[in-house]
Amino acid sequence: MIPPSFEYLTPSKISDAIAMLQKHGEEAKILAGGHSLIPAMRLRLSEPGYLIDISGIQGLDYILEESGQLRIGAMTREASLEESQIVREKYPLLLDTAKMIADPSVRNVATVGGNLAHGDPANDHPATMLALGANVVVEGPNGSREIGIDDFFPDFFTTALEPEEILTEIRIPSPPSGSGGAYLKIERKVGDYAAAAVACQLNIDSGGSIQKIGIGLTNVGSTPIRASSAEQLLQGKNPDENMIAEAGRLSAADSEPMEDLRGSAEYKRALVNELTQRAIKLSLQRAEGSR
Amino acid sequence: MNGPKTSPEVGGIGHRVKRKEDARFIRGQGKYTDDVVLPGMLHMDIVRSPYAYAKIKSINTDAAMAIPGVHAVITGDVLKQYNLHWMPTLMSDTQMVLPTDTVMYQSQEVAAVIADDRYIAADAVEAVEVEYEPMQAVVDPFKAMEPDAPVLRPDKEGKTDNLIWHWETGEREATEKVFQNADVVVKENIYLPRIHVASIETCGCVASFDPAEGKLTVWMTTQAPHAIRTVVALVAGHVGLSEEKIRIIAPDIGGGFGGKVPVYPGYVIAIAASVVIGKPVKWVEDRSENLQADSFARDYHMGVELAANNSGKMEALRIKTIADYGYTDAAANPSKYPAGMFSICTGSYDIKTAFTEMDAYYTNKPPGGVAYRCSFRVTEAVHAIERIVDVLAQKLGRDPAELRMQNFIQPDEFPYQSALGWEYDSGDYPRALKLAMEKIGYDDLRREQVEKRARGELMGIGISSFTEIVGAGPSKDFDILGIKMFDSCEVRIHPTGKAIARFGTKSQGQGHETTYAQILAEELGIPAAHIQVEEGDTDTAPYGLGTYASRSTPTAGAAAAKAAYKVRDKARKIAAHLLEVSEEDLEWEVGKFYVKGSPEQSKTIQDIAFAAYTNHPEGMEAGLEATHYYDPPNMTFPFGSYICVVDIDRKTGVINVRRFVAIDDCGNIINPMILEGQIHGGLTQGLAPAMYEELIYDEQGNILNGNFMDYLLPTAVETPKWETDQTVTPCPHHPLGAKGVAESPTVGAPPAIANAVVDALSHLGVVNMDIPITPFKVWQVLKEKGAAA
Repeated sequence: MIPPSFEYLTPSKISDAIAMLQKHGEEAKILAGGHSLIPAMRLRLSEPGYLIDISGIQGLDYILEESGQLRIGAMTREASLEESQIVREKYPLLLDTAKMIADPSVRNVATVGGNLAHGDPANDHPATMLALGANVVVEGPNGSREIGIDDFFPDFFTTALEPEEILTEIRIPSPPSGSGGAYLKIERKVGDYAAAAVACQLNIDSGGSIQKIGIGLTNVGSTPIRASSAEQLLQGKNPDENMIAEAGRLSAADSEPMEDLRGSAEYKRALVNELTQRAIKLSLQRAEGSR
Repeated sequence: MNGPKTSPEVGGIGHRVKRKEDARFIRGQGKYTDDVVLPGMLHMDIVRSPYAYAKIKSINTDAAMAIPGVHAVITGDVLKQYNLHWMPTLMSDTQMVLPTDTVMYQSQEVAAVIADDRYIAADAVEAVEVEYEPMQAVVDPFKAMEPDAPVLRPDKEGKTDNLIWHWETGEREATEKVFQNADVVVKENIYLPRIHVASIETCGCVASFDPAEGKLTVWMTTQAPHAIRTVVALVAGHVGLSEEKIRIIAPDIGGGFGGKVPVYPGYVIAIAASVVIGKPVKWVEDRSENLQADSFARDYHMGVELAANNSGKMEALRIKTIADYGYTDAAANPSKYPAGMFSICTGSYDIKTAFTEMDAYYTNKPPGGVAYRCSFRVTEAVHAIERIVDVLAQKLGRDPAELRMQNFIQPDEFPYQSALGWEYDSGDYPRALKLAMEKIGYDDLRREQVEKRARGELMGIGISSFTEIVGAGPSKDFDILGIKMFDSCEVRIHPTGKAIARFGTKSQGQGHETTYAQILAEELGIPAAHIQVEEGDTDTAPYGLGTYASRSTPTAGAAAAKAAYKVRDKARKIAAHLLEVSEEDLEWEVGKFYVKGSPEQSKTIQDIAFAAYTNHPEGMEAGLEATHYYDPPNMTFPFGSYICVVDIDRKTGVINVRRFVAIDDCGNIINPMILEGQIHGGLTQGLAPAMYEELIYDEQGNILNGNFMDYLLPTAVETPKWETDQTVTPCPHHPLGAKGVAESPTVGAPPAIANAVVDALSHLGVVNMDIPITPFKVWQVLKEKGAAA
């Protein structure tokens, strides 16, 4: 439970942090909230020689909505999402997710950017961002670029971030009227990773037909998973109970869970099935209510 | 019991006095072992085995020794030079301090590094190179008993199998006969899984040997400092440590729960290192070490049978248990009771005939068998009986509450001789269950359940009407390594009428500084606020066996009352002298003696205390103090009835504990607020194994959940609202009528929860489920019964 020694670096500008990454290469790790990295270091599963703490860099902690987008600074603490008026009013899926991440003391320190950049399919924000259709902004030696969330998690514990890049912002399309979302998670106890969790975000027209839907799955595969078959089924439909049940089945079929102490693969598929149905229903209900 | 006898200012028994110790705990100013910092102190860290069973081929310490700041790397071979590589356990088994040739469980201590600081020590641990030759571990006691199983303890002379001991009590033949002739017999295999006390503070010590004085002082996380001192003197006498030169100090302790009774290898190595190096050595475990290597609890495989007649009268109980002790029996039971107080298993019921036997086996798992917040295997016994009673009710189609009522030992049958040899002191079981049923609205809940079942919804109601046995114990039967299980109080009244009192017990969160002061306040009339309570320093406190098994109030609490009576006897003499009357003319009321018939002529305890130092009668010794070593005449038998209501999500298996009513009876209550706290904590520690906790090993003996990420401790979020209340049936033999309470809820809660879940699924044909009952387990059962989704 005691890490080996390392150098602790405290840049005050993004460009300095990038320069440090360039200098130390593979040996360096970015420290944001530290609630994934530090436990790994304590167990000596991760032994970075250089820890670049970006918490001293100003201007990475904000939640603002402008030009049809919600922009979340990478260093925004999870607790800030819970407290944000705009999130509370318009982004129920984000609010649900923020409330389900670990526990309150972790959320006071853990960051939204870190939750994504760690690349852990068991983290909660990846599925949420898939459902929301987010983009992430990263900065590197050659300036900044925007990456679609579907391209951000290519493999297990791997992200599209280049070694010398830092995630700086998350951009979420503002939901039009008639939108709703929900995040449902089964965990063994508070603070646990999900046995399975489902994020759903959708928009309905005045007739109740689904104009747009995103469904993301947490911790049921080597990457966060988009439940594409279920999304396609529901696209343009005004779903009845049977169709929602079918969406649950498709979502379960799209998942690739592994057996662990939380349960068998079959159990997790059953959870994905059920949670998908419940998340869709709750999202529809919230979409109706948002008009 | 009516209201408190004393005024709130005096704060005697029955007052909700705020805990004195909380002033420092709430401020984060408690002084724990890890807060001890001494000049020149070195730090120890431990190399642990990655294998559950392996030969050690070599240990190379060169690279570790080469790290600047490393003072020593201690191996079994080093300790062997001092004959300290093995040590006895409290159960007269033997345990390695450090191995010389074989490791017996994963995370066993293999070597220890002593370094300038904790970080260097951790790096050096990584640098110690150990070559192992892994062997096939025996993880399952049922495999350990097979004839071709490897003999795990060849070090024990003549050992040809893995059986540690066989124990039995009751009447084998008579029980068999009742079973043969019974109308109804139910049998279930019930497993109580291996769990861990997981106290918030891990174990550790600071060992400081003063070469000039030849004196060893050890600050240590121990529930039984005096016994530890004697054990150290017995174990290390041959290297020159004699008992007057050993001082054990147990400072504030962050939870013990039985896990801080045993002597762990780390303590011994740190002591040896300090003696050899001549500097203080600190060793504090980290969380994973604590969870993976320190004493476990439970791990009983119980075959439980209950015989009854057609009208539901229970006639006989039989239990055969296979107990997994890991590689050594390192329990901390009274010596004559290898299976602890398991023979309380006839519970609250009038069962005339019973037999129970047990085989204990060695396996390649950590040693232990400690009594986790439970008076020596009572949790196991209560789970067995309370589960099997529900199985019987189900078989007979009877309401489990009604079946319990029919079979309870009745209030007028006390003192009651149980079939397995205990004399229950007092009880009123029907009253407690009735109160629980009223509080929770039992009949309405049963109606609701019928309606819900018709709609396909899953809801269950579970009852547990347990009887505990605590307060070890009467010296004729109870000792640990020969030392009788009395406990002690020494009280000294200062000239200004304030007092200091010292005890042989040691609080780990129980609130002794408050409750003991209240007992003395009750008996002496000195305000509890002015009574300083101290425990844990063997140089100052009177000898005692420590705090575990809910024994403090039954033993040391009684000693406090008895010591107070002795003080009062002397105070009476002084009062008679001051009032110039004869002793017989004086009456005591709280805080003063007055002359019979003229109450205005009186002397307060404060007047008397002052006189004891300033104006004591000629021929009398000065001072006002007394010591008492209390030997309890019997155990005490707290009891209670708990009812739990659960709702189950049939799609996900998620269990919601909707309500939990706990009625406890622990005799007279010393501090109702501390009692409630004890019960809340105990219920939560009962919820934990019922739904969350289990130490899980794979077939190679690798622990699969050796950290708090996967070893699941419930938090405030998981904990339901506890609805508590009490009945009071005083203990007839304790001077204060008190019984002890801390363990009742840990013991009573798990079967209530298990019974509720099984009740929710009983109409599907479910009869038993082993704890922890997780959503995944429920879902599997629902699927198997064709009832999922």
